[in-house]
Amino acid sequence: MTESTYRIQGGTGEWEVVIGLEVHAQITSESKLFSGASTEFGAEPNTQVSLVDAAMPGMLPTLNGECVRQAVRTGLAINAQINKYSRFDRKNYFYADLPQGYQISQLYHPIVGEGVIQISLDEKDPDAHGKAIGVERIHIEQDAGKLMHDQHPTMSYVDLNRCGVALMEIVSKPDMTSPKEAAAYVRKLRSILRYVGSCDGNMEQGSMRADVNVSVRKPGGELGTRTETKNVNSMRFIQAVIEYEAQRQVDLIEDGGTVVQETRLFDPDRNETRSMRSKEDAHDYRYFPDPDLLPLELEDDFIFDCKASLPELPDEKRARYKNVLGLSAYNAAVLTAEHETALWFEQLLDISDEPEKIASTAANWVTSELFGALNRLGVGIENSPVSPAQAAELLGLVADGTISGKIAKQVFEIMLESGDGAKKIVEEKGLVQESDTGAIEKVIAEVMAANEDKVAQYRDGKDKLFGFFVGQTMKAMQGKANPQVVNELLRKTLG
Amino acid sequence: MSIDKETVKKIASLSRIAITEAEADAFVPELNQILGWVEQLGEVDTSKVEPMTAVIPNQLRLREDVVTDGEIRDKILANAPIAEHGFFAVPKVIE
Repeated sequence: MTESTYRIQGGTGEWEVVIGLEVHAQITSESKLFSGASTEFGAEPNTQVSLVDAAMPGMLPTLNGECVRQAVRTGLAINAQINKYSRFDRKNYFYADLPQGYQISQLYHPIVGEGVIQISLDEKDPDAHGKAIGVERIHIEQDAGKLMHDQHPTMSYVDLNRCGVALMEIVSKPDMTSPKEAAAYVRKLRSILRYVGSCDGNMEQGSMRADVNVSVRKPGGELGTRTETKNVNSMRFIQAVIEYEAQRQVDLIEDGGTVVQETRLFDPDRNETRSMRSKEDAHDYRYFPDPDLLPLELEDDFIFDCKASLPELPDEKRARYKNVLGLSAYNAAVLTAEHETALWFEQLLDISDEPEKIASTAANWVTSELFGALNRLGVGIENSPVSPAQAAELLGLVADGTISGKIAKQVFEIMLESGDGAKKIVEEKGLVQESDTGAIEKVIAEVMAANEDKVAQYRDGKDKLFGFFVGQTMKAMQGKANPQVVNELLRKTLG
Repeated sequence: MSIDKETVKKIASLSRIAITEAEADAFVPELNQILGWVEQLGEVDTSKVEPMTAVIPNQLRLREDVVTDGEIRDKILANAPIAEHGFFAVPKVIE
């Protein structure tokens, strides 16, 4: 697997990079982890705060069952061990965005144990370039509030709307060795979370962010000291952090220095990481079991129901598209990466009586024509102006020979603009494909009469001119002639 | 286990409690005495005893995921020393 052998070239030779990620994923829920306040994004400041979230004296946390269910479903989706006994602990630190003075988290007994995520480094052929990345654990915890520093010259503003929203912290093993692998891991994790429905994966709104652990070592040597860069909120930044940190550590060691285990911050404007000095002693979190909460004990039935509620997941779906529907490895990978795309594609197939028969054509059409159009319009497939039923109608017209593939492209453009159905457009614009041999033969005769010189050249062996005759015939028939019939008749007539 | 003056000062600082040198000196024997009492519990062999989390058989109850709270900004901000434009306003904290 040469493409994954990522190395930093130092003065003393090559260095290997070791990467582990802690991804914080906001659990999709209506209300917060321990209070009944709303989790909706973008509300007026401090309007979605209960007395529990504001840590008023005497308030007690009550656990949101849905958050537990979503964490368990996520664990099952990555084949992880589900811990029937888990517990909540207090992680103590002072910061202006944390009114409790502690975060309720799960240090000693997380709800989910070891699992695994299959990543691929080549979306064109995932099976040939796969790697298994271990997940150490998933635990449930509270998010903190939000600080704004640019609203006032001497004050910071605090909004507690996000305070107490449920997060899953998904901790990987240090199994990644390149920025590309780290990005592939986050992409796959995001895809799984979205299939499961436990997190919307929206990185712009902060629903997913990563703490990036990086260390360097001589290939195959002892693990080096790692640094942790906090709260990195895009795929691109995650890769930038790894590149920067790996190079910085190599330079530091080769200059005779030592890497300090510390928390760092990424500055996207300068594309560098720097030490968060204020958090130097913050590692001393003085964890202890939260006395307000009993241990969380799960029944077998609960776990069974969680399992039963899981949809077909990306890896299974991709295998089925390839093996049962006969799609290319590339199409199967592209169509299953996002749950919405797969659902759209399946709705399209469902309209047909023989899904297997049209699957490949439909897959090619979705990945080229539809994706092209959506890209141009800048909308996601969930907001596609053309519905799966409308697409099925269009592809049906091609399949039964009513219109050619070329005309289908024109019809599709009109569908995008007008919202009309394919049949209606074809009828109104008179785009029905001409398959009548008599009519086509007549046009071919005209074309040959007008180009006698070229006919002679062709017959003298200039085979390339065949395309010219096809083009002229199609042009004379405004592209409506059935290309297969045109080819057949031309071969016959030209001899 | 015993703690020294440095540890006392560190715990105080982590807890954001201001103490004087004299108080730190006084806390060292006091805290060590408390720790000593607690350590006496270690003399009992509890290796075969399940940890007890409640005095009566009790289970953590799960809440339905519905919005039942919030929209009480005035109450939330009522005790804030300074609140502006619906935010708590605190001395600038920036990395």
